Amino acid sequence: MSTVAATALNEPDHGVFSAIRWAVAHDLRVALRSRAELAVQLLFYVIVVSLFPLASSPDRALLAALGPGVLWVAALLASLLALPRLFASDFADGTLEQVAMSPYPLPALVGGKALAHWLTTGLPVVVLAPILGLQYALDADVLKVVVLALLIGTPILSLLGGIGAALTLGARGGGGLLALLILPLYVPVLIFGAGAADAFRAGLSVSPNMSLLGAALLVALVGAPFAMAAAVRIAID
Amino acid sequence: MLEAIDITARRGTAVLFNRLRLRVEPGRALLVTGRNGSGKTTLLRVLAGLTQPDDGAVTLNGSATGAMRAHIAFAGHAAALKDELTVEENLRALAELGGETVTHDALSSALGTVDLAGQRELPARTLSAGQRRRVTLARLALLPRALWLLDEPATALDTTGIGVLAELVTQRLRAGGIVVAATHQPLEWPPDRADSLALS
Repeated sequence: MSTVAATALNEPDHGVFSAIRWAVAHDLRVALRSRAELAVQLLFYVIVVSLFPLASSPDRALLAALGPGVLWVAALLASLLALPRLFASDFADGTLEQVAMSPYPLPALVGGKALAHWLTTGLPVVVLAPILGLQYALDADVLKVVVLALLIGTPILSLLGGIGAALTLGARGGGGLLALLILPLYVPVLIFGAGAADAFRAGLSVSPNMSLLGAALLVALVGAPFAMAAAVRIAID
Repeated sequence: MLEAIDITARRGTAVLFNRLRLRVEPGRALLVTGRNGSGKTTLLRVLAGLTQPDDGAVTLNGSATGAMRAHIAFAGHAAALKDELTVEENLRALAELGGETVTHDALSSALGTVDLAGQRELPARTLSAGQRRRVTLARLALLPRALWLLDEPATALDTTGIGVLAELVTQRLRAGGIVVAATHQPLEWPPDRADSLALS
């Protein structure tokens, strides 16, 4: 009964960083136990990216123009594919109730879950992008821009997607609804992300695109955990 | 002391309970009984702060239960176990989520109490329904909280399991804890410490 005297939310051992660490460690451990699922998502990304060169012409100029956009759309779909798993299994097996009953701040716990989602879906996408980009005859400098934009942009996808995943908990046909709800919100990220490579190819500065992506990431980092936490509380009410 | 003041809860248009008042002193248990759908689970979730009542307030030692989560253990219908993780990993994760660090010995003794010592390294997916319920009991043993809220704690338990549950509850009450349980089967808890509330 060491904790009885203290007030629940302000104790140092119930801090934000412990909460994030718990959520990341727990979700990564569960994800690494079901590697087949992770492999399916990555394979999906690889295959979608690889389909376009096969379906369009082998013209190098056309492929180079197409490449960054295709990498982005595939990254977006791969992120979306893994989103239902973010909260749905926790909701079904009762873990989400325990998460909501935890003395740790809920926004930090769900934020940690979104971070784990990014580590298992967004980060592999970023790492694979330079290899897959070779199919589109993209040169090294363009690939650098694409990878940097994906590195800033994919966490936004996980954070925004987390809001949608929490909002559609318990809804019938949640997966399709989630796509309808979230894909429009992904559009600005897609435009600025894919636009960075286009600007670079046209000889313009990439900093406006990168700055806008960075600003969007900061807004999402600050706002999304609270929105997710509110949606989770509604879902388990 | 757990206190509910004039709480009202509705599900759709049906009123589950209206202006319900209850008070449970430390060291006492409250058994909530009633037919299916009478609002037992809703009452427990309102007491836990998971569900907002349509009216009224719930306090533990004078603070709203929503702000007292470090002092409450909630065991709902679902055991909150991850099939992919072992029994030990599940228990550790749940205890850490509750803000407690668990030693190897504490874990061994909790698992021994619920007779799951042999299942420690097994993935949770291999457990039977009763064994999953026992893991929940082990979690409660690891979380000596001021308030336990148990929703149908005896479901799927065999007679020895029900005995273990009664023993854990009795120990908690002796230590000054409060236990509120929703149940539709009779639980043999110390009659001098347990009250009951029938929802209709």
